[in-house]
Amino acid sequence: MIIIENLVKKYGDFYALNGLSFEVNENEIFGLLGPNGAGKTTLIHILATLLKPTEGGAIVNGFDVLHDATKVRGSIGVVFQAPSSDDMLTGYENLKVHALLYGIPRKIRERRISEVLKLVGLEERKNDQVKKYSGGMRRRLEIARGLLHHPRVFFLDEPTLGLDPQSRNTMWTYIKKIVREEKVTIILTTHYMEEADMLCDRIGFISNGKIIALDSPSRLKQEIGGDIVKITFTNGIHSAKDFTHFEFVHRVEQNENSVIIYMDEVNSNLHRLIKDLEDVQSIEYKKPTLNDVFLKFSGDSLSGDSPEGGFMQRYAEYKRS
Amino acid sequence: MLSTRDHNLKIILGQLYALWLREFKVFLRERSRLIASTFTPLLWLFVIGSGLGSTNLQIGTDYQKFIFPGIICMSVIFTSVFFGSYIIWDRKFDFLKSVMVAPSSRTTVFIGKTLGGMTTSLFQVAIILIIGMALGINYNALSLLQIISIVLILSFGLTSLGLTFGSYIESLEGFQLIVSFVVFPLFFLSGALFPIDNLPAWLKFITLVDPATYSVDALRNSILNLGTYSFQLDIEILLLFTLIMTLIGIFSFKRMKAV
Repeated sequence: MIIIENLVKKYGDFYALNGLSFEVNENEIFGLLGPNGAGKTTLIHILATLLKPTEGGAIVNGFDVLHDATKVRGSIGVVFQAPSSDDMLTGYENLKVHALLYGIPRKIRERRISEVLKLVGLEERKNDQVKKYSGGMRRRLEIARGLLHHPRVFFLDEPTLGLDPQSRNTMWTYIKKIVREEKVTIILTTHYMEEADMLCDRIGFISNGKIIALDSPSRLKQEIGGDIVKITFTNGIHSAKDFTHFEFVHRVEQNENSVIIYMDEVNSNLHRLIKDLEDVQSIEYKKPTLNDVFLKFSGDSLSGDSPEGGFMQRYAEYKRS
Repeated sequence: MLSTRDHNLKIILGQLYALWLREFKVFLRERSRLIASTFTPLLWLFVIGSGLGSTNLQIGTDYQKFIFPGIICMSVIFTSVFFGSYIIWDRKFDFLKSVMVAPSSRTTVFIGKTLGGMTTSLFQVAIILIIGMALGINYNALSLLQIISIVLILSFGLTSLGLTFGSYIESLEGFQLIVSFVVFPLFFLSGALFPIDNLPAWLKFITLVDPATYSVDALRNSILNLGTYSFQLDIEILLLFTLIMTLIGIFSFKRMKAV
């Protein structure tokens, strides 16, 4: 459905995208995950023909983003990070304007507008000005607008950014409903790991303009190497011993006063692991999440600065805690 | 069965209607905009018109009536050029992005926006025309048709100018500042407030290159029968100006960054 080949986007000396290549299959929900400034939005903008790549190219729904931009635009729907409806207009009017822009014939226009309004649960508010909508309602209107013209590919750039947990849940429900009812291929960017885990068939981790891992959420989690055990010591790391000689241990990360051990079968192996340990303050155990996968793949690149900030700090804190 | 060409034309007309409709709805809902922008021209008409009118000038008619065409142009100049700032708003609130990602061409987007600006100007001129009647200005079918044509041509050209500025300038503050440098000379040098027949050579020359001069003159021709040049020449120059501005505007929209 989408073929991306060696995409490069340079701003001055800065590489927003640095040789990106991958494919998205028909009717899947593909998640693009990564910190702010990783290049997710740049990629969406290039695929939506709003930006021209410095090098490389992409085919969306059989059309070249460089040479067939109008045809690409006709076959995609986009929900941008910030709501882009005119808030002086009503929800209905916004949809009508866009239905006309997409050349939807009059005969089916009204029917389709009611259909998408119903899909996102906004029929009752359709005659209210958008400025009276809540943040979640605005996002849903954007989704309705993006789906008006039956796009084959639907881009959702951070669809739940800035929403409260309840609105986020509602949003997830609608996204799942869209896939069921509209049969579209969805590309979704997010930096919420649980969102990607829950919604996506496949996930591409993007960091510093490159794909660093790409697979289904469950296989990515397997790849991290089993369960995670964190042992914290009262006297710092000096009392820790070498764990790597255990055959069930895959990887060990040493921090200031704790170690993180990736291992198989915690239930049957933990007693061997901690048998001769002294000065243990606490032991934590958890199943791997996409967070852990991301941390593993991005490694030290996380300590670098990102233009927007925030995300890195949260990761750093997560790592420390 | 429609041919592909007719079909495409139908889609483009639909897109133009959509872009115009949006501007028009916003305009109708922001009535304060209409009131505020009609206020300044009326202030000029009444204060300067009556004030200077009391000083017995040799211009062949009542001074207030004499500047009436100029005041119409003033309202068109200010409204149309400043309309360009709405493209900056559209960019700021990402509305433009949602239009750019639709399969409409930049030319269509530009023309649609310009039609919106034109409508705004027309409404304002209508108000001033009605007030003109109270001042003893008479219209007939022909002069009304001429006035509307002049206003449409001028506002199309000047909205294009405003949108061209808007497509290059990123901040609203910058836009206001730069556009003021354009708008005030356009108005003052158009002969809106004085006759252009006996000017010193340097000033005469500047009025000749100011496109607004020809709109003031055309309006004076049709409303007061007092023009300096022929109505036909005025219209020809205005059309040429508007054509050039439109082409520059389309070019600017084509190279404008979408994000």
